[in-house]
Amino acid sequence: MTTTATAPASRVGSVLSSFIKARETGILLALVLIVVVTTAKNPNFLFSNDGFRDLLLTPSILLLVAVGQAIVIITRNVDLSVGSVLGLTAYLTGRLFIDIPGIPIIVVFLAGLVFGGLLGLINGALVAFAKVPALVITLGTLYAYRGINVLWTGSDRINASDMPKPFLALGTQSILFIPVLTIIAVVVLIVAGWYMRNQRGGRELYAIGSDPDAANLYGLGVTRRVLVAFVVCGALAGLAGVLYAARYGTVNSQAGSGFELEAVGAAVIGGVAIFGGSGTVWGAAIGAYLLFTINRALPILGVQDFWQRAVVGVLIIGAIVLDRLLALRQTRKLVEARDSE
Amino acid sequence: MTSSLTGAPASTRSYKDYSRPLWQRVLLTREGAVYAALIIVIVGATVSVRNFGSPITMTYLLLDVTPILLIALPMTLVIITGEIDLSVASVVGLSSVTLGTLHQAGLPIEAAGAVAIVVGALAGALNGFLITVVGLPSLAVTIGTLALYRGLAVGLLGTTAVTDFTEFWTDLAKSKIGSTGVPSVMILFVILLVVFAIVLHFTPFGRGIFAIGLSPEAARFSGIHVERTKFILFVLSGTISAVAGIFYTLRFGSARGDNATGLELSVIAAVLLGGVSIFGGRGALHGVIAGVLLIGVLGSALRLANVTSDVINIITGTLLVASVVSTSVLAWLRTARARPGGTNRAPSATTKS
Repeated sequence: MTTTATAPASRVGSVLSSFIKARETGILLALVLIVVVTTAKNPNFLFSNDGFRDLLLTPSILLLVAVGQAIVIITRNVDLSVGSVLGLTAYLTGRLFIDIPGIPIIVVFLAGLVFGGLLGLINGALVAFAKVPALVITLGTLYAYRGINVLWTGSDRINASDMPKPFLALGTQSILFIPVLTIIAVVVLIVAGWYMRNQRGGRELYAIGSDPDAANLYGLGVTRRVLVAFVVCGALAGLAGVLYAARYGTVNSQAGSGFELEAVGAAVIGGVAIFGGSGTVWGAAIGAYLLFTINRALPILGVQDFWQRAVVGVLIIGAIVLDRLLALRQTRKLVEARDSE
Repeated sequence: MTSSLTGAPASTRSYKDYSRPLWQRVLLTREGAVYAALIIVIVGATVSVRNFGSPITMTYLLLDVTPILLIALPMTLVIITGEIDLSVASVVGLSSVTLGTLHQAGLPIEAAGAVAIVVGALAGALNGFLITVVGLPSLAVTIGTLALYRGLAVGLLGTTAVTDFTEFWTDLAKSKIGSTGVPSVMILFVILLVVFAIVLHFTPFGRGIFAIGLSPEAARFSGIHVERTKFILFVLSGTISAVAGIFYTLRFGSARGDNATGLELSVIAAVLLGGVSIFGGRGALHGVIAGVLLIGVLGSALRLANVTSDVINIITGTLLVASVVSTSVLAWLRTARARPGGTNRAPSATTKS
């Protein structure tokens, strides 16, 4: 939505200027600033082996969930159940390894994706057909899915010893210094970003979020598109659940609780407007990185990490205030342009 | 404005349907359904679950749901205006920590409590300011302040807790009225309930709240101070949440930054279950009280019946989804029946065009 003008005369210049004007640039700069300042204070933050790996690795799981969340929010909905979906698929992952010895890892990944997608389909079907706000429906399924998780898990928990070594290695391994989880997350991000920007389906999601009634009158398949958005969001949360199991090795019934607010927070900080129609999955991804990087940076900067949530709160509020100011300026400019004609 | 185009939201918004006979209008409402469910659950639990009917069960049940009952009052009003406040549980934590740290610093508990309530009001005022003056969506603002207030609470106390409250106050929070088994805190709740009910249902201010929820533009043109009303409601929400935070702290004798984490979801679930429309413009306090009690009674009965306490999550969630979906299904059935030519036609007019 932000970058559409491309003059053939100076393509490099226009790309550059649209990059500077893009909503995501601001928070990317904030992220870079935090990394630079923290590294200046303690070089290990970036330049030690573990530091560099953690910087990329820790936010990868949230990145996947935030991308799905951004797609749903762009359609003017919200999915509060992602944390519960993540928890359920994380436990499913462990159960599959225990119950079916020797199951191929790829099958487990597919199972997580499909199961998460099914849970998303339930959300989407309830939202799209009952015409009830997603906030209410997914608040309900947030409880219901978590309850099912607790019922299924009980006081049981999955331990690292229950899962095969190659699978756990995925959680920590790197290829060319880049953690595998990060590569998976970035591939998903690139596909989602490309689809949302260039494909008809993606553009229609923006149209639906901008004005659902107009999209309906125009004949866009609103029901189907919204359904797909929820399925994608659920599937990504499911994938995140599988990666969660690989990364942390232990899964109990509370895995991923509270994750929904982190995901919505990441999207909002990344410039996805909560009432739909604007923002990008790139922004949501940078938001996810910003959230978790701050978490790690605060103790190094001499702030107790208890304050992390407060900082996140300020960031969310700051981001939406900035959005509001930019929107007001845009309106004023458009009015001026109209009046001068 | 927009609802006339799609049809479906208009039908969920229909406030009073005078084409139906009086008994249907009274009994076949959302509130009526919640009451029926509540009575069935109470009777069923008393008959089938041992010890459920005892006064001690009732005492604990009421003590457990008191914070939800209290916060549900302002939340109902906020949601009727079409807004939402997700930060209430964080304000509970913030007021708890304020009370604890000030008390630890030597302030008498009355003064510390007063400061905690002021802090809650200020927290609500910040929400109100961002929403009404800056013009931001309440969902986004209160997700931000949810994190901010919780962060301040946890940041102030860390993982430590203040527990040295005098027994007089902790006993008072748990005390009962005479030999009835009803907690004395219910007196406070009933007073607040009466005040809120009168304000919402019998004053111009209350009618304004409904009007704002139905259409902010129309409300503004009819001379209602939309922004001022919303601002007052958010301050109220913060204030009552702080009161609930003080009760919560004294009841458990422990001030912690992470007190009542996640309570906002229970409150909102109860309010919506009680028949308040998330679109705004529709709802009643008595339905909300029934909704809170329904969730509380179900949880209490299941715990006594040795069902793991978390099964309540499934039931709460399913109840919430079923209750909102049933409204849509009923509305669809009614329009399908009203349409000439039969009942079995798909609602193609609303889904495709």
